[in-house]
Amino acid sequence: MSLAAALRKEGLVQWRTRARFLAVLAFGAVTLLLFSFAAGPDAATLRRHAPGFLWLALMLSSTLALAESFQAEFEQRALEGLLLLPASARSLFYGKALVNAAQLALLGTALVPLTVVLYDVSLPRPGALVGVIVLGAAGLSAPGTLYAAMSSQARARQMLLPLLLFPLVVPVLLSAVKGTALLLAGDPMGQLPSWLLLLAAFDAIYWSLCGLLFDRVVEE
Amino acid sequence: MSTAPARPTVFAVEAALLCRRYGRRWALVDVDLRLPRGAALMVAGRNGSGKSTLLRVLAGAISPTRGSARVAGFDLVADLDEVRRRTALLGHASYSYDALSALENLRIAARFLGRAHGREPLRALLDEVGLAERADDAVETFSAGMRRRFALARVLIQDADVVLLDEPYGQLDPPGFSLVDRLFGRLRERGRTVLMATHLLERGADLCDEGLVLEAGRVAWTGPAADLPGPGVAAAGLSEGATA
Amino acid sequence: MTESAALPPPRGPLPWVAGGLGLALLAAGSWIGLFEAPAEQHMGDVQRIMYVHVPTAWNAMLAFTFAFACALLVLWRGDWRWDCRLEAAIEVGVVLSALLCIQGAIWARPTWGVWWDWDPRLTTTAVMLFAFIGILALRRFVDDPSRRAAWSAVATVIAYADVPLVYFSVRWWNSLHQMQSTPETVSSPFHLPLRMNAFGVLLLTCAFISLRARVAQLRLREELSPPPPAWAAPARAPATGGAR
Repeated sequence: MSLAAALRKEGLVQWRTRARFLAVLAFGAVTLLLFSFAAGPDAATLRRHAPGFLWLALMLSSTLALAESFQAEFEQRALEGLLLLPASARSLFYGKALVNAAQLALLGTALVPLTVVLYDVSLPRPGALVGVIVLGAAGLSAPGTLYAAMSSQARARQMLLPLLLFPLVVPVLLSAVKGTALLLAGDPMGQLPSWLLLLAAFDAIYWSLCGLLFDRVVEE
Repeated sequence: MSTAPARPTVFAVEAALLCRRYGRRWALVDVDLRLPRGAALMVAGRNGSGKSTLLRVLAGAISPTRGSARVAGFDLVADLDEVRRRTALLGHASYSYDALSALENLRIAARFLGRAHGREPLRALLDEVGLAERADDAVETFSAGMRRRFALARVLIQDADVVLLDEPYGQLDPPGFSLVDRLFGRLRERGRTVLMATHLLERGADLCDEGLVLEAGRVAWTGPAADLPGPGVAAAGLSEGATA
Repeated sequence: MTESAALPPPRGPLPWVAGGLGLALLAAGSWIGLFEAPAEQHMGDVQRIMYVHVPTAWNAMLAFTFAFACALLVLWRGDWRWDCRLEAAIEVGVVLSALLCIQGAIWARPTWGVWWDWDPRLTTTAVMLFAFIGILALRRFVDDPSRRAAWSAVATVIAYADVPLVYFSVRWWNSLHQMQSTPETVSSPFHLPLRMNAFGVLLLTCAFISLRARVAQLRLREELSPPPPAWAAPARAPATGGAR
């Protein structure tokens, strides 16, 4: 019940501040555009790097989205207010991490058409690609939500979140990029399941670990 | 968390040698406090003397660095959730999501509390604190005084045994002052225990039975609240003439 | 974090002894490795970097594992001393893994013709290096000591759990390339200097962690100043009123 309340609260707050989501989306789109300038106009090169660029754009945008999601919690100490009711820190974490994951998955899915246009890739299995994006977004969201809770209360907050998050999510980046590449370019060796398994393992480990540790981050 | 049954006690608050520090600074040192159920305590003291810290520790918002306390019969450390369930804190922040309306904010709290979260009971609550007309406006459009009123409504919805009010009169207009007095009286009628930190000594003396003065985090004076404006002030250097 | 007892001042010559012994072992082992042991058949003298590279790798992993253990103890026990050891272990681990990356690059250049070959072990080390640099930054940017302790312990647990995931992901990712193996299948003439250096670096690692933990402890003692002295009677005599 507590989780349902946390989800509704999180959904409502994010919906009311959806203009921020659009700004993050615009940021991701600009990033994709910049990557194509950096890699040059050669179509084959762009096509080959498209999965990597898509995930880098999503990763860079994710730090903005994750940091934003805690803005409203600390402005008027709303999070503390809920903890004092008492709401369990764990359900607050899972509510926020789930909504953040959904938001990042939406962001990643919204960037796919742009990737298709800019990098001239074909989409043989769009449904499976969304699946990879959801798994990858979940992998970014769980540790990202935990670290954003820390960084938005620390000094140098803009710097701290990517510094903590990016090395940690290397497995997410590798497996999501590989998975996306295999989906776009074909998978003759049948490697996709093992990458998805790795991604799912990361998700399982961090969704449980971060949920366990979140109350140590928000309690004073 | 284990929900040990409340130890039967006549005290709503029992604190022994309560200490809290922020980094190097000790905000609260060896505070002993016993407050019977249903009593009202006024906490006075200069700025930075530890009033807010005391209330925040007793509400379970921050943990004590040392010492122990039982609030509403539960141990502050071992049964933190039970303490939080039975206390309501009016702090400096309004505990609101500013992008949401006052009503939506109350509804969020009501859902977590498992209380009725229909429009009408929540509107009635906002009506009580004089915010009925602005119920559907985002809290970010509120003035400081209106935020204070919203925070009062949020305290009321918790319906707690022990209510901790940190500067409840701050930012409020004269009608707001009498609103606080009215709510205070109603809490006492219902047998709630109230702790109030305030600089309005005369007002507090009328409303409370016990008085406590903090100085540099320590208890400098205790006595009947009625004595606070007289001997209490003299003891704690709270008069306007005292060196700042 | 609540504190059980004041931090004792750290003392004792043991780390210095261990450090001296470790340095001597490392010097002797390196001497044997560089001048006495025969050159490896395929790789020649380049392979001699193994005598420091392998001990560095073992001890870097050991330092991070110790940091992980410290983090768990901070979270469970809330003892400040484990926080000091955590800080020391992370810092020593970061230095060791930075050395490891540099040695790896020095080794890779003449052997494979590139500075970096995305070997899973080396790449995992590099990723861990940055993950733990992030934790050191976190410690620097959080002022409140108990938050700093809790948060860096949380971040350490999270980063350490990533080690196998990073290793496997890099290994699979790089599996299309030919898997290069670092010479670990070491035959007997190489055993002695390798062992001497491994224990030498181990003793040095322990010495550095222990000494660095002392620095952290002294800093923390400074930061967590002892409680203010017992209530000194202020100029105004405090009234001893009140039923408490």
